[in-house]
Amino acid sequence: MTHDGTISRPESVYFFGTCLVDLFYPEAGMAGMELLKAQGIRVVFPQGQSCCGQPAYNSGYREEALKVARAQLDYFPGDWPIVVPSGSCAGMMKKHWPDLFKGEPDEARACQVASRVWELTQFLVQVLNVTFEDQGPPVKITWHASCHAQREMGVTDEPKALLRQLANVELVELQREKECCGFGGTFAVRHPEISAAMVGDKVADIENTGAKAVVSGDCGCLMNISGALEGGKKPVRGVHIAQFLKERTHG
Amino acid sequence: MGETALKTNGVNFAKASSAALQDQQLRGNFRRAMDGLMSKRAVQFADTAEWNGVRALGTSVRLRALSKLPELLEKLEANCTRNGIQVHWASTTDEANAIVLSIMQRVNAKLVVKGKSMVSEEMHLNAFLEKHGIESLESDLGEYIVQLDEAMPSHIIMPAIHMNTKQIAHLFKQKIKEAEYTEDVAQLTDLARRVLRKKFATADVGISGVNMAVAETGTLCLVENEGNGRMSTTVPPVHIAVMGLEKVVEKLEDVPPVISLLTRSATAQPITTYVNMISSPRKEGEKDGPNEIHLVILDNGRSGIYADEELRNTLRCIRCGACMNHCPVYTKVGGHAYQAPYPGPIGSILMPQVEGLEKRGELPHACTMCNACVEICPVKIPIVEIMGRLRSEAVHPGDAVKGAGSHASKAEAMVWKGWSMTYASPLAYQFATALLAKLGNAAPTSLPLLKEWTNVRSKPRFATRTLHALAREKGIPDV
Repeated sequence: MTHDGTISRPESVYFFGTCLVDLFYPEAGMAGMELLKAQGIRVVFPQGQSCCGQPAYNSGYREEALKVARAQLDYFPGDWPIVVPSGSCAGMMKKHWPDLFKGEPDEARACQVASRVWELTQFLVQVLNVTFEDQGPPVKITWHASCHAQREMGVTDEPKALLRQLANVELVELQREKECCGFGGTFAVRHPEISAAMVGDKVADIENTGAKAVVSGDCGCLMNISGALEGGKKPVRGVHIAQFLKERTHG
Repeated sequence: MGETALKTNGVNFAKASSAALQDQQLRGNFRRAMDGLMSKRAVQFADTAEWNGVRALGTSVRLRALSKLPELLEKLEANCTRNGIQVHWASTTDEANAIVLSIMQRVNAKLVVKGKSMVSEEMHLNAFLEKHGIESLESDLGEYIVQLDEAMPSHIIMPAIHMNTKQIAHLFKQKIKEAEYTEDVAQLTDLARRVLRKKFATADVGISGVNMAVAETGTLCLVENEGNGRMSTTVPPVHIAVMGLEKVVEKLEDVPPVISLLTRSATAQPITTYVNMISSPRKEGEKDGPNEIHLVILDNGRSGIYADEELRNTLRCIRCGACMNHCPVYTKVGGHAYQAPYPGPIGSILMPQVEGLEKRGELPHACTMCNACVEICPVKIPIVEIMGRLRSEAVHPGDAVKGAGSHASKAEAMVWKGWSMTYASPLAYQFATALLAKLGNAAPTSLPLLKEWTNVRSKPRFATRTLHALAREKGIPDV
């Protein structure tokens, strides 16, 4: 890795699938790995991985979060980048692991692993400089930016730049693109009414664009937004950006 | 999670926010107001390089002040005293109220005019004075409206932001004798002005807050837009300023960057209409100004916050209110749902530390951790990190925060323990996830958590095969 955090194109990468993708959106995870493989990169998916620890960390159970985060360290021994199809989980690893492991005997090791973490679209754009050729029919879509991708990983333009490469895809931006969808992990069930009001506003914003699909890079947001779209019987589909890109480019 | 953690002592954010969400008028008022404030602020900080520069400067001013807080407070006291400002220390709001009352009683005060002060809200000073037969009149227009309405401020900068013009028109008609119904903003303002002018002239004491107190000069800085702050601090013969002990800065040159950040973040103004720098009572030969100035410096839990290196960052706050304007939760439920003098993100980290987690332990959960507040905080308070810390303190007994461990629940702790044991063991994890993939979708929506989730959303569907399984099937290498 060079001083400014950019790296040259690696031969291999690790893929950290995240627990939400594992259980609910495995097709998004597979699509992410296939996009990387299509660029000639060897993708390694360590079978021992589970979760970054964020659910417990954000609920105030730091010891439990540490136990789970620590269990991940063994599975990413090589010096390869770790690509994550979620800004939120990537943010937990990159930004919060150093705090979580502070003063622990394996602090240095955790920080070393954290420093190799990339959000998927960030990696595709900044490291691989990918170009996509659109194979799909014309469609109007919108983009929902995840809070942690934007504000923890600093990923704002990369996903939209990828979507804009697609010739037949019209990207209509949300009026309140940067506003939280109301997921917030346990927030959605601790404060279900506020969360419902927030996702209600998000759905209205999406509907106003006239888009047929809302694309996002985080499965937490997607579960919330797609759930509300479905719950409200809205004819808009929620889809992870990895899956959308794969559909558009591999037929 | 679950009912246990939602239990509170008297203050129930969930219940209050639920009522607020039903009020479409209120939601509309907040949405419009916050949208306007956000876009106007963005214009003020359109130059990213300038924003980064002034933000770094303001942050360093606050950090430096906090790093030598005890020393600066002593210096402030010495220099104020030298200037003729009488300094009083209050460790609790009760003490602060008693100090204010004793000054009032000494000068036999019957009427007080108040400039805007959040610390006086924290003290519930108006109610206290009223109980002792002293009329305390708010002179900031927003505060005046809220006081007429017998309500609480819903925002630290714009106390009546929850109301629209029509509602204020009705209130004035109902509460002010000479009022005729009008929705004309200029006429409404004029009416309030006429009422207040008379009071300024006859008030025995003026009370104000303090935006910053300069240690090296003993100067109290007060920014405002209506001139009411200047009137309150210069017309009555006695001026009492109340401030939280964190409001001190070291040098006079520290003032401009902080004011610039404050006014641009708060109201999108490069500077307020009035900037008051109060350095002494009326001197011999001077034609105006109060004969006495008192500065009441309030602790109210702040020295406890100061003792913890991480929590101390809460005290950087310059009370601009930008965190509320940008908070998607605050925008939905409004300020009253928090039932606290300081609502929104800063309130959600400050109130639990000041009043204890027992009473306010729910507030750190009134947050999706979206970091919108952190992104715009002019002094870079790690609000969300402190929110997470307080969530942890609420469920673990300890000494750092009042009421630590008061929200501990054995059931919840067991859930996380079980979760961590499963998720830290690849074997257990893969077994559990494979089981969920097979049986998870059979879970009825009547289950706790799933019930809350499916209120407005469809049920999440477990995939039939996990990513781990798919990766194995597709021959993705493991090492």
